[in-house]
Amino acid sequence: MGGFIKLLGQLTLGFFRWLGQLTDLVIEMGTAIVRGRPRFNLTGHQIVSVGFGSQLVVIVTGAFTGAVFAAQSYFKFSDLGLASGVGPVVSIALCRELGPVLTGLMVSGRVGAAMAAEIGTMKVTEQVDALRSMGVHPVDYLVIPRAIGLMFSMPLLVAEAIGFGLLASHVLIVWHFNVPSTWYDYHVVANTALEDIAIGMIKGFVFGALIVVISCHQGLKATNGAVGVGRGTTAAVVQSSLAILITNMFLSFLLNYFFPLGSGNY
Amino acid sequence: MADTRKNSSNPFVQISDLRKSFGDQEVLRGVSLTIPRGETTVVLGQSGEGKSVLLKHINGLLTPDSGSILIDGEEIVGLSERALRPTRRKVGILFQDGALFDSMTVAENVVFPLQEEGIRDRKVLLERAREVLSVVGLEEHMAKMPINISGGMRKRVALARAVINRPECVLYDEPTAGLDPIVADSIDHLIRRLEHEYEITSIVVTHDMKSMNFVADHVAVLRGGKIYFHGTPKELNALHDETIQNFIHGRSGESRS
Ligand SMILES: Nc1ncnc2c1ncn2[C@@H]1O[C@H](COP(=O)(O)OP(=O)(O)OP(=O)(O)O)[C@@H](O)[C@H]1O
Ligand SMILES: [Mg+2]
Repeated sequence: MGGFIKLLGQLTLGFFRWLGQLTDLVIEMGTAIVRGRPRFNLTGHQIVSVGFGSQLVVIVTGAFTGAVFAAQSYFKFSDLGLASGVGPVVSIALCRELGPVLTGLMVSGRVGAAMAAEIGTMKVTEQVDALRSMGVHPVDYLVIPRAIGLMFSMPLLVAEAIGFGLLASHVLIVWHFNVPSTWYDYHVVANTALEDIAIGMIKGFVFGALIVVISCHQGLKATNGAVGVGRGTTAAVVQSSLAILITNMFLSFLLNYFFPLGSGNY
Repeated sequence: MADTRKNSSNPFVQISDLRKSFGDQEVLRGVSLTIPRGETTVVLGQSGEGKSVLLKHINGLLTPDSGSILIDGEEIVGLSERALRPTRRKVGILFQDGALFDSMTVAENVVFPLQEEGIRDRKVLLERAREVLSVVGLEEHMAKMPINISGGMRKRVALARAVINRPECVLYDEPTAGLDPIVADSIDHLIRRLEHEYEITSIVVTHDMKSMNFVADHVAVLRGGKIYFHGTPKELNALHDETIQNFIHGRSGESRS
């Protein structure tokens, strides 16, 4: 019993220490944006490798999730005589939840891991110290371009996932289940508001920020050579995935408050 | 003016009672050392004595547990990362393992400090890169990645990067370790030349006695976390101290029968 309480205490303490370190990093990033000079080259490079390069992963994720979700909904909804609801349900779910969350999870695996590994390797091989020794703040040079790159790219990637999800669900429902195309599209469009897509993109932006802060933090605190870098990389993916899922729930409630579901033009 | 620069009452670095522990290992136990301006001080000491740790304190890469470090008359202990920037511009460092950026070519590594100072003109950068790389004999390897050159070559690239923007002081962590005798000799000459031509203050950590005798104006021996000896190379060589003589002549103290 005592051991359990001790463990609980250690976990809580560890959590708050982690949160404190993340807050420090965020504050440092704020200072860097105010005081550092913009690095267009590095930022552009990040947008290409992080945003442009993640498209295939995101498209496949969006398309197959959209398709399978549409199929399952169709089976049940048409049983209940609610076939007209399939399109709206798929569309709303993709825009508000599946699009941003799945994109976030995929990107945290692809991009967050790479960020933690790159920065971590630089840390353990003294390249971060070399930067510092030349008067270059590692946050200015390593974190900010990645942050801007990912926070710019994520909303677009989310939109892309949603788009391909809708396209795939349309193709599946229309071609496989022989539902009239215009009828299906009419229900989708009539029940999807701009707000729904906005919610997805806002979430994407927030998830991008979570991935960057968590992954760069793991990279910058890496020690102990290859083992440490490996551990940091794993931690970055696990932590950012969990953070995305948990934050998503709260974000959903918060955004629902501003953009209530059902405000579409019925 | 020229007189005041080489003035022992106006040292470039002044370290007093510097202490640093890692966990329960006390590495520096009260190091006090004065580095005269425009001259070369060699730091000797056995492996693991804390020479690299000492160097990293001098440009603020490590924070001491206590003690004071004055660089050019300014206290750097307690300064924030951003406030250290002006000091770090004055002090270049050659890391023991080079610490080249492995995502950049040799030339990009070397001109990095210039780019950070705002020089953008590609022609100027290329010119400067070629100039400094020819000094270390590597101008043919400008376009290679650090991973594709030898360890000794990486060291020389790192040296070029450390001196390209002519800092007032350069910290060399074992500049000649792992180099063949001929290249090592040219590095020694480079250190001397930088000192004489640009009045650069140099702190050289080395195990290489030949190099020490060639470059040193002053020698400090780090032992047991403190400065065990501080004087000229002549005084060191003449010293009747078994530990130091063993170190100079490379004897472990065991007999060779
Ligand atoms: N970041 C660190 N964390 C823990 N211990 C460290 C750290 N850096 C150095 N040490 C310890 O400090 C001691 C001195 O290390 P340092 O690298 O300064 O030795 P050195 O004198 O440069 O040796 P060498 O001649 O082999 O390079 C070593 O025992 C090392 O284990
Ligand atoms: Mg060392």
